[in-house]
Amino acid sequence: MDWHRIRSDFPVLDQQVHGHPLVYLDSAASSQKPRAVINTLSHYYERDNANVHRALHELSNRATEAFEAARKKVARFVGAASEDEIIFTRGTTEGINLVANTWGAQNLKAGDVILYTGMEHHSNLVPWQLLAQRTGATLKHIPVLDDGTLDPASIDTLLNEQVKLFAFVHISNSLGTINPAKELCARAKAVGAVTLLDGAQSVGHLPIDVQDLGCDFLVFSGHKMCAPTGIGGLYGRMELLERMLPWHGGGEMIAEVRLDGSTYKQPPHRFEAGTPDIAGVIGLGAAIDYLEAVGMENIHRHDANLSHYAVQQMREVPDIRILGPQSGPRGSLVAFHFDWAHPHDLVEFANSHGIAMRGGHHCTMPLMKRFKVPGTTRASFYFYNTIDEINRLVEVLHAARKFFT
Amino acid sequence: MPLSDELRDLYQQVILDHSRNPRNHGELPPPCLHAHGDNPSCGDEIDVWLRLGDNGVIEDLKFKGQGCAISQASASMMTQKIKGKSKDQAASMREDFRRIVMGDGAPQDEDALGELVLLEGVQKFPQRVKCAMLAWRAVEQALEGK
Repeated sequence: MDWHRIRSDFPVLDQQVHGHPLVYLDSAASSQKPRAVINTLSHYYERDNANVHRALHELSNRATEAFEAARKKVARFVGAASEDEIIFTRGTTEGINLVANTWGAQNLKAGDVILYTGMEHHSNLVPWQLLAQRTGATLKHIPVLDDGTLDPASIDTLLNEQVKLFAFVHISNSLGTINPAKELCARAKAVGAVTLLDGAQSVGHLPIDVQDLGCDFLVFSGHKMCAPTGIGGLYGRMELLERMLPWHGGGEMIAEVRLDGSTYKQPPHRFEAGTPDIAGVIGLGAAIDYLEAVGMENIHRHDANLSHYAVQQMREVPDIRILGPQSGPRGSLVAFHFDWAHPHDLVEFANSHGIAMRGGHHCTMPLMKRFKVPGTTRASFYFYNTIDEINRLVEVLHAARKFFT
Repeated sequence: MPLSDELRDLYQQVILDHSRNPRNHGELPPPCLHAHGDNPSCGDEIDVWLRLGDNGVIEDLKFKGQGCAISQASASMMTQKIKGKSKDQAASMREDFRRIVMGDGAPQDEDALGELVLLEGVQKFPQRVKCAMLAWRAVEQALEGK
C-alpha cells in the first residue's frame, strides 16, 4: 500500500500549525475527510440539491437515488441482511437514544436489568440512566480490570436472565480495549438479552459484520470514518425494528395522516421523520466507497501497526502511565498520563509543536475515577497517520517532561 | 526543541512553581464560607474555604483542587493576593484579573494584582480563560452566594 499517496487524499493534513507540520492525532474524536468526500458534497450542492422522497422532478430523483444508494452501501459495509435495517441518525449518540426511547421504552419494566460496562462513553450510559428512571429498570455494570479489560467473573454473574438489554462498547475510546463483541453477543443471546454494540471507534477501523457479530443493534458515527459531521447510522435487526414504535413524529415517517390519528411507514423510514441530512448521507456513502477502495483489512492492519509502534515507543518515556491493554491487540489509540502535567497542559504543549491531541476525561468520567486520574492525554490514529508522526509525538513528550519537571 | 514565545509566556516559571507548590493549600475548619467550582467540559475542580472578619475582610482562605497548571496557579496566586482584602476589593481585583486574562481593557489597579499579571499570557489561549477564572468564580460564589 502506498500510504503516503493515500495521506495526500486528505487536503487538511497538508498545513503548518504554529510553525510545524500538522500532526493530527485526534481521529478518535473526529477523522479527517478525503477529497473524494469533500468533492461529493460539492457536487451534490452544485448539481443535485433537492429534497428526497417527495418531488418527481429530476433533481429530487437524483438526490433520492444517491440517498438510498448510500443506505445500501452502509448495509453492505456493516453486513446487514437488508438496507431496511439501516436508519440514518445524527451519530452514535442519537442512535443509542433512539433505541432507548423506542425499543427500551416499549420493552423494559421495573425489575428488568440494563447491563452496561465501566468503560462506556457517556452516550452509552446517560440514555440508559434516563430510561431506567422512566421505567424503573435497574442499572448494573461490568467492572473494568487494571489491564483495561472487562472482568470475566462479573460477566459470569451479571449477564443472567434478568438482563433485558446489554449495551457495550466495541473499542473503548479511552482505553483502546477491543471487547470480544461476538462472544459477548452470543452470551447475551443465550440469556435472552438484546445487545447494543457501540461501534463509534470500530466501524471504519475494523471490518464489521453485524450478522457474524450477532448484535441486535449497532450504532456508529460517520464523522469518525471520513464522512461529514452530523450523520451516523443505526443498524437494527428487522425483527426488532418492525415492532418498534416511532420516535420522532413528522413528515416522511407516515403512511397516512388523519386528523384523529396516523399510521406509519415500515422501517427504516418510520424512524426518519423530517428532511434528513441528505448531503451527510450521500457523503457517508462516498466515505464508505473511499474506505472500501483502500480496503478495510488494510486500514485495520495499518491502524494496528501504528498503535503497536506507539505503545512500544511511548513506553520509553520516563514516568508514563499508559492506560488499557499493555500488550496484544488494541484500537488505534493510546491514552496516557504523567503525574507532572495535567492533560490540558500537555495538550497545549503538544499543540504549540503542531500536534493535535485530546486531553481530558474523553466523556468517560467513571473510567477516570476507576483509574484514579484527573483525565488522560489521548493520541489516536487513522490510516493517514505515519510512523514519523509517532516519532515526532515521542520527541515532544520528552521535551514536555523537560519543560514541566 | 525550540518553544514558542506564547507557550513560554503561558507557562512562566512563577506559574509552574505555583502549580507545583500551591500556597494556602488545604481546608479551613468550620465555621467558614465554602464554594465548589468546576469546569465540567475539562474536569478542573476547585474548592475554596474563606473566613470573613466582622469588618468584611477576608481573614483567611484556603483551596484544594485538581486541574491544569493554569487553574491551580491562578488559585494559589489569588489566595495570596486577596487575603486581607475586603469583599469589595476582592470583587474589583477579580474584574481586573478578568480583563487581563481576556485582554478586555485596562485594569483599574494593576499593582494590586502583583504577580497575577503574569497570567496575561492566557490572552493568547482563549480556551484557557475559564481555567484561569475558575478559582475566582468559586470565591465569588462563596462571597456572594452566587
